[in-house]
Amino acid sequence: MREEDRLEERNPMEEFLRMDRIPHIWCPGCGIGTVVSSFASALRKSNINLDKVAIVSGIGCTGRVAGYVRLDSFHTTHGRPIPFATGLKLGNPELKVVVFSGDGDIVGIGGNHFIHAARRNMDILVICVNNFNYAMTGGQVAATTPIQANLSTAPYGNYEYPFNLPYLADACGATYVARWTALHLRRVTKSIQEALAKKGFSFIEVITPCVTLYARRNRLGDGLNLLKYYYENSDIQHGADTRTLDISYQGKIIVGKFIDREKPTFLECMNTHLKKVLGDKYQPYGE
Amino acid sequence: MKKVKADPKGVLTGAHYLDGDFAIAEGALAAGCRFFAGYPITPSTETAERFAERIPYVGGVFIQMEDEIASVAALIGASWAGVKSMTVTSGPGFSLMMENIGLAAMMEVPIVIANVQRGGPSTGLPTLTGQADMMQVRWGSHGDYEIIALSPDSPQECFDLTIKAFNLSEMYRVPTFLMTDECVGHMHEKVVIPPADEIEVIERKWYEGPKDKYRPYKPDKDLVPFMVKAGDGYRFHTTGLTHDERGYPIINAECQDWCVRHINDKIRKNAHKIIEYREEETDGAEVVVVSYGITSRVAVKAIQEARKAGIKVGTLRLITVWPFPEERIRELAKKIKAFVVPEINLGQIRREVERCAFGQAPAIGVPHCGGWVHDPNDILKAIKEAAR
Repeated sequence: MREEDRLEERNPMEEFLRMDRIPHIWCPGCGIGTVVSSFASALRKSNINLDKVAIVSGIGCTGRVAGYVRLDSFHTTHGRPIPFATGLKLGNPELKVVVFSGDGDIVGIGGNHFIHAARRNMDILVICVNNFNYAMTGGQVAATTPIQANLSTAPYGNYEYPFNLPYLADACGATYVARWTALHLRRVTKSIQEALAKKGFSFIEVITPCVTLYARRNRLGDGLNLLKYYYENSDIQHGADTRTLDISYQGKIIVGKFIDREKPTFLECMNTHLKKVLGDKYQPYGE
Repeated sequence: MKKVKADPKGVLTGAHYLDGDFAIAEGALAAGCRFFAGYPITPSTETAERFAERIPYVGGVFIQMEDEIASVAALIGASWAGVKSMTVTSGPGFSLMMENIGLAAMMEVPIVIANVQRGGPSTGLPTLTGQADMMQVRWGSHGDYEIIALSPDSPQECFDLTIKAFNLSEMYRVPTFLMTDECVGHMHEKVVIPPADEIEVIERKWYEGPKDKYRPYKPDKDLVPFMVKAGDGYRFHTTGLTHDERGYPIINAECQDWCVRHINDKIRKNAHKIIEYREEETDGAEVVVVSYGITSRVAVKAIQEARKAGIKVGTLRLITVWPFPEERIRELAKKIKAFVVPEINLGQIRREVERCAFGQAPAIGVPHCGGWVHDPNDILKAIKEAAR
């Protein structure tokens, strides 16, 4: 191999990655790496001080993201990255704290933490990679699995109603809510950039292909087939009513930026309120 | 590890009339705790209430979380940001905390948790006392790990030992517990808070070397690794998975052996420096009463009566219940007829005494299911039986 070819093989996102941990564990055709690339692009474009960005993941395939990203990175317990991030943010308010985890982690086992962090308007960004199943454990049904999809613990097809995540985030008070698929690389990047610049609880859902489990079990083909499905069935509707965003099995996926509003964060509310009530005796925190 | 004087902002110097729960909050503030995440649960709630009331004047955060799982997760996050953090709870909440207590042990993060024990199992006796979480604190989360647990017997000790708990937690990068109970928690007594410059506070060992050389889990001479804060540019990684010195996950038996031995050894090999107990009249004693927390105060009456009856009774009151003073029990076992172990459970620490005595002396329990303290006569009866 010629030297110049070798140079071209370097990962363009190297400065954002722990190259000593590559290769990663994700399957060929998986969409998680795509979202990580978008995240890295967004960091680059945001021109943000990377020393002040922390990433927190839970458990699962997407839970492994924290381990590959060269930031202060925390791989926590299943479902708990949001309360962990809450403590981290409140411990050092100058940090930009990003929770990067899967649907099972964030709205399955961690659903309670999700709704409360959104309600408090905790100043964190939550990126939820939704692959419609529990993949790390071998493809079990999830709180996001569309009705009818077949998974190992729904061997005759799923009959539970799934969550509509943007609607949930909106109802709980999130200040920024967007949904994209792994096909919408540049739009994911842009959303992450916008959310990084925003104060308050931001939520970005990214629908991604799980080729090894979800797609194989449902005979949906490979990664390319799934991207084709996204291409043919996703419909960009910025500002859409979040109540209308349910996802049916192989049905239409409405994507876009649905919510972008201003609201004081938890810490801002705390400082404003206590200053008003206690006057000069109050010791402001993290301002 | 750096010894400093307490930050006067958090120290309410003077003589107060406080209950144990309030004294824990004051101890935490004096120790420099500036982050409290908790969930209300009887009989521990007063600590959270006191902290919520006081922290706006000191500078810090009180946050009421959605549950106890979230509370401990938040403590670990805040501790990685460099802030001393604590929570309080009781039985059912303590059960929920177990998951992230394991994470704190694995990530080697200093946090302090007070358990104001009530009668269990399950919802049990929300408003009445118990001491039946003594094994749960030691073994409650899955896997092999070590923790430190202290047991105060008065509001004054709630204050003093909360500071000690923070100091030990920082020194050893380990979750540290204050195992009190409803009686001590709700007992009002005089609590003397000294001036800030008389309170010794220990800060964790901050790493100060070159950034690219930092290894979050490289043991120092005392086996405790140096720590850094999130946001300081080290770009470190930490995980609940089995990991190497870099904090990187390594999933094999060799790394498991290194990682698990490390988190255990740093406490076991330093146990002699951590363990504290109060011993009285054990020289020439026939019987030694081993007790902790509220039960040690109830036992005083029985011990006085037994001495009046001519029995040579010594006492060993555990300040640190974990790590357990194994060696001291072993030495005493060779010299005495029997141990008597009163406790408000069905024999959790009695069994530990029996194990450490190696068959040299029996450990006679005085079990109690909780709801109230012992009748001193029951303890006296056991002492008399032991002396026979």
